[in-house]
Amino acid sequence: MKAAVVVFPGSNCDRDLAVAIRDVTGTAPTMVWHGDSELPDGLGLIALPGGFSYGDYLRCGAISARSPIMRAVVEQAGRGVPVLGVCNGFQVLTEAGLLPGALMRNAGLDFVCRDVPLTVATADSRFTNGYQAGETISIPVAHHDGNYFADAATLDRLEGEGRVAFRYAEDVNGSARGIAGILNEAGNVLGMMPHPERRIEAAHGGTDGRRLFDGLLAAVG
Amino acid sequence: MKLRIVVTLKPGVLDPQGKAIEHALAGLGFGGVAGVRAGRIFELDVADDTSDAAVDEMCRKLLANTVIENYRVERQP
Repeated sequence: MKAAVVVFPGSNCDRDLAVAIRDVTGTAPTMVWHGDSELPDGLGLIALPGGFSYGDYLRCGAISARSPIMRAVVEQAGRGVPVLGVCNGFQVLTEAGLLPGALMRNAGLDFVCRDVPLTVATADSRFTNGYQAGETISIPVAHHDGNYFADAATLDRLEGEGRVAFRYAEDVNGSARGIAGILNEAGNVLGMMPHPERRIEAAHGGTDGRRLFDGLLAAVG
Repeated sequence: MKLRIVVTLKPGVLDPQGKAIEHALAGLGFGGVAGVRAGRIFELDVADDTSDAAVDEMCRKLLANTVIENYRVERQP
């Protein structure tokens, strides 16, 4: 599987994501600078990393979402190419309009950095087919602005269409309906606050994150 | 021309920062503060012929996230 990781100024999880993808797929992803305007063809995954792009100065992910490369990301997402946004990458996806809602300051105002239990809300997607629906897994979070917000009609639609991918099994940040990750309507864009790339090998304390990449590889080939 | 753009969270959207400030004011002994909403101000120095439509577009495309925020534009003398 050919993959690309977009590198924004300030991002600090781009290398972690690249190493995880390389370990699972056996192929190093292409690192694409945010100022470029084109992505390689034939990608099986476009990954937007976590980590304070542009210092989160305006709003988290807001400036990155207007980077030149994002036009290419939106265009390829529209053609069905899988796009994964982790943490700041999730924020970028909402700011770019690829996913609904917004990520706000954690309700408790604290930066939360720890392992959290997640419930897999749907196994019916190319990102989550490596899990069982209803299963509880453990993935770390590290964020200050992970409090998912959307209006009630949007939340109802996300739930009704099976587009909630992961929920927090305990209250972590005040997210509406415990949402930790959501899919777009076509199911090829996933945004999630927890960091699956930090749970790839036993030395990380578990491999629950690896199963996301394994599942994607199995689905995409 | 100088513009001041005020961005605030929409009514009904929980504002944890405003809540923390509200609690701090109460802690300082100020009574009667029924609510605090935190916001953000941008001061722009723009060409005199900048249209209202262009300013509106700046707000909607970048300065405010209209999913959760409102904005208002004030023209400075």
